[in-house]
Amino acid sequence: MGLRDRAFRRYRGEPTPRRWRFLTLWRYGRREVFASKRVTALFTLAYAPILIAAIVFYLRHNLPVLEAMEVTSADFVQVDERMFALLLRVQAAFAFLLTALVGPGLVAPDLANNGLALYLARPFSRSEYVLGKMSVLLILTSAITWMPLLGLWLFQAGLEPGWAAENLRSAAGVFLGAWVWIGFLALLAMALSAWVRWRVVAAALLAVVILVGSSLAEMVNFMFGTGWGDVLSPGLLVWTIWEGLFFGDPAAGELPVADVPVAAAWIALAAMAGLCLLILDKKLAAYQVVR
Amino acid sequence: MSTPSPHPAAPDAGPPVVELDGLTVDLGGRTILDRLAGRLTGRAIGLLGPNGAGKTTLLHTLLGFYKPKSGTARVFGHDVVGDLDRVRSLIGYMPESDAFIGGLSAVRLVRMMGELSGLPPREALERAHEALFYVGLGEARYREIGSYSQGMKQLVKLAQALVHGPRLLFLDEPTNALDPPARERMLRHIQEIRDQGEAAIILSSHLLRDVERCCDEVLVLKDGRVAAYRDLVAERRSNRKFLEVELKGDGDGFLAAMRARGADCAAAPRRGRNRYKMVLPEGVEVADLYREASERRVQIRRLSYKRDSLEEIFLAAMENGGEAEREEVQRGAA
Repeated sequence: MGLRDRAFRRYRGEPTPRRWRFLTLWRYGRREVFASKRVTALFTLAYAPILIAAIVFYLRHNLPVLEAMEVTSADFVQVDERMFALLLRVQAAFAFLLTALVGPGLVAPDLANNGLALYLARPFSRSEYVLGKMSVLLILTSAITWMPLLGLWLFQAGLEPGWAAENLRSAAGVFLGAWVWIGFLALLAMALSAWVRWRVVAAALLAVVILVGSSLAEMVNFMFGTGWGDVLSPGLLVWTIWEGLFFGDPAAGELPVADVPVAAAWIALAAMAGLCLLILDKKLAAYQVVR
Repeated sequence: MSTPSPHPAAPDAGPPVVELDGLTVDLGGRTILDRLAGRLTGRAIGLLGPNGAGKTTLLHTLLGFYKPKSGTARVFGHDVVGDLDRVRSLIGYMPESDAFIGGLSAVRLVRMMGELSGLPPREALERAHEALFYVGLGEARYREIGSYSQGMKQLVKLAQALVHGPRLLFLDEPTNALDPPARERMLRHIQEIRDQGEAAIILSSHLLRDVERCCDEVLVLKDGRVAAYRDLVAERRSNRKFLEVELKGDGDGFLAAMRARGADCAAAPRRGRNRYKMVLPEGVEVADLYREASERRVQIRRLSYKRDSLEEIFLAAMENGGEAEREEVQRGAA
């Protein structure tokens, strides 16, 4: 199939390693994602809180500047678990918006145009497809959540000797808490996208599940006089898990949390993730069998 | 149906292209493929059958999209269930329906598909350009596929099936929705690939003419069963031995000479003309007929071969439902 001889020819070279082939979808997806100005703007904006926090951290240790601003380090902000939990909440909001913009566009167009048959007719499994598409979301949202926050944590540790040893829990909380959130969001976005096969509707559904979930939980709690309705709200569940990760006790934090134990929150979120995987398993096929 | 391959230019000597053994596939509670058995060995194998016969389901099962309920299927000796990755790496698939990735240009789509098949990125890019030039989309390769005409989309599907240089091509109704020039181009590509002998082809179509033109073997399916399996090259060769000639001159002497060469001859007079039917033996060609006629000063006014072999095969298969074929297959399997 040379350009000159215009003839078909077999490929007789070595194939690329299978293990990382799913990242091909990330490389192609990245370019499509950043072709959107809205996504690029949101992605850039997501670094503003990190930048502000870095400036604040720096100022706390720069006495001449603080004196000029007529504040003392004692009444300035405390950099501890609460600070990092707050920053994670802010970055998680950006991650949600980014997922709502990018996520539904990853799978729905493939399904709408029968593109899945092209992927799956190759030595490329459905799991690799899901992993590849999820990697687009996970890498993007990682870049605005745990990656910069851990960078900030290291920055603060560098500024204040001895601080790191006392605040290891906040680093772990940032890392695990962010992964719980972005992992769940990515799965949910893909499942909804695969289910409705329509980008706009999938984005709207994602917003409904995350934002309206807490209202639904309250309604169930009110109707049945229980607190277990909270397990219907992914947002409340994740916050409960975060509080457990950052403070050990959900009641110690400042976030509204579910009226269920942390373990129950983990189980409920895992069940929701399982449901998303089930939807993906049902909907992601080269061809749907009509019964 | 276990015909030995008569084609010296088959892609690789070794296991048959496809080997089916009691393959049964149920979808949605219905049996779509029913105990298919046989060995397909040709360079270009036509898959014929009316709508709903199971042609596409067979291709999808060979690609691992559907799991067999019972029986086995092998591609170049690799089991489609146990060794699916290997099977898929050998195949280039051009689906019947529209299939593309929204928002991608043709060159990016074909390149990505090449990479997913295991080509290194640089090689995939080079081959993506080559494949698109090869199918005639060189000038339009940077355009988004969503803006392509139906015929162009068909060509992109062919390009993505070729990009990784597969050993076997599955072409599912490749001439669908093509205008006559585009159809002609598509068939020419298929013939070229067949003649190069680099890849075997399975061409699924309901168009007899396409299959007759491109394929050297044909598998006819009806209601999920094998209705016929024929070596078209052998059929054509054998048909060329069945002649009907109209003579002017000393017909009897000519016939005696042909009989002496081993031909079976019978008079078939029609409207007062000297017409004869002949079956030429191995080693006697039509040229010998003309030579004999020339020596005896006999004019051959008309000579016709048996024609429409595929149509006859297809119609016979549709009429008898392939009972004889299945019996033969079962005898072969036993």
